[in-house]
Amino acid sequence: MTIEFDNNLPIYLQIMNYIKLQIVTGKLGPGEKIPSVRELASELKINPNTIQRTFQELEREGVAESRRGLGRFVTSEDEKIMSIKKEMASDLLDRFIGGMRELGFDNENIVKIVTESVEGGRSGGGGDAHGTLA
Amino acid sequence: MVPLLELQSVSKAYGKKTALLDLSLSVEPGRIVGLLGSNGSGKSTLMQIAAGLLHPDSGSVRIRGQLPGVRTKAAVSFMPDRPQFESWMSIGDALDFQRDFFADYDADKARRMLDFMKLSRRDKAVSLSKGMGERLQLTLALSRKASLYLLDEPIGGVDPVARDHILDALVEFYEEESSVVVSTHLISDIERIFDEIVMIQGGSVIMQGDAEQLRMASGKSIDQLFKEVYAEC
Repeated sequence: MTIEFDNNLPIYLQIMNYIKLQIVTGKLGPGEKIPSVRELASELKINPNTIQRTFQELEREGVAESRRGLGRFVTSEDEKIMSIKKEMASDLLDRFIGGMRELGFDNENIVKIVTESVEGGRSGGGGDAHGTLA
Repeated sequence: MVPLLELQSVSKAYGKKTALLDLSLSVEPGRIVGLLGSNGSGKSTLMQIAAGLLHPDSGSVRIRGQLPGVRTKAAVSFMPDRPQFESWMSIGDALDFQRDFFADYDADKARRMLDFMKLSRRDKAVSLSKGMGERLQLTLALSRKASLYLLDEPIGGVDPVARDHILDALVEFYEEESSVVVSTHLISDIERIFDEIVMIQGGSVIMQGDAEQLRMASGKSIDQLFKEVYAEC
């Protein structure tokens, strides 16, 4: 595992997002064991207290569950995993839409650009997403 | 819970020059604390007082509730900011000295650290480069099973690659139930391992807190905060 940390953001949030990404992409399967605090700390070169905090938050959100004496495991509820996926998608969308509005696009144009871009991507061509800039 | 280290209203001057002024600080068990300050801010004086090597002019120092002395020194492992080897010493001799002085010396851990640091027992301690010297210093300090580690500028003179290696060693080899105070003025490379931050300037604390909360509240890195705080001084 490697993460490029951004020192401007709390580290535990970055590790949480990283683990969630592993879960939604299937690299950490439902019900699979999560590395221990010590393992993850030495792998990521992060203070064990920070990892501990990450795990506490993941448990609080129901993403992970700890079983006494066995360690921590990814939730085996598909609904939970789906909701993490939706949550991550909506974060991405919020950032995208925010950025587009800053550039001065209105809702209609944002939808148009996205549609063109997606369809252009599907047909293999570049599309002319930039045609709407005016 | 009794703090591992507690300083109350500590002041220290060298002649007319004030090094610490009414400084209070408390370190709980199991924490890695970054003691941040520019050159001459009082970091090394604070470390030496905590290590029991200097006496404050006023104020009180307690290690696990006790006054600094023989018993506290047995529980505190101090890495000074400059090498302290005799010219005849090999790395092995330096480690044997550490073993003879401190009951909590862990030979197995020292061996693993030497490997990790790519140091050889046979090499002369004084002929090491600055970076290798720092690795040896850290090896000596962390080869003890202490309650409190005081590391004064452990990454001061090394290149970024060696710096990463030293940080890796720190995370790998520190004892989880003990605390570490690391003084440094190089923040961006090391800030990810800190639980708490104490910034000092002119011998007094100017900012302290939980590293993650400081990032969360400001949206900035500790390095950035440090630069802003010091620009105002």
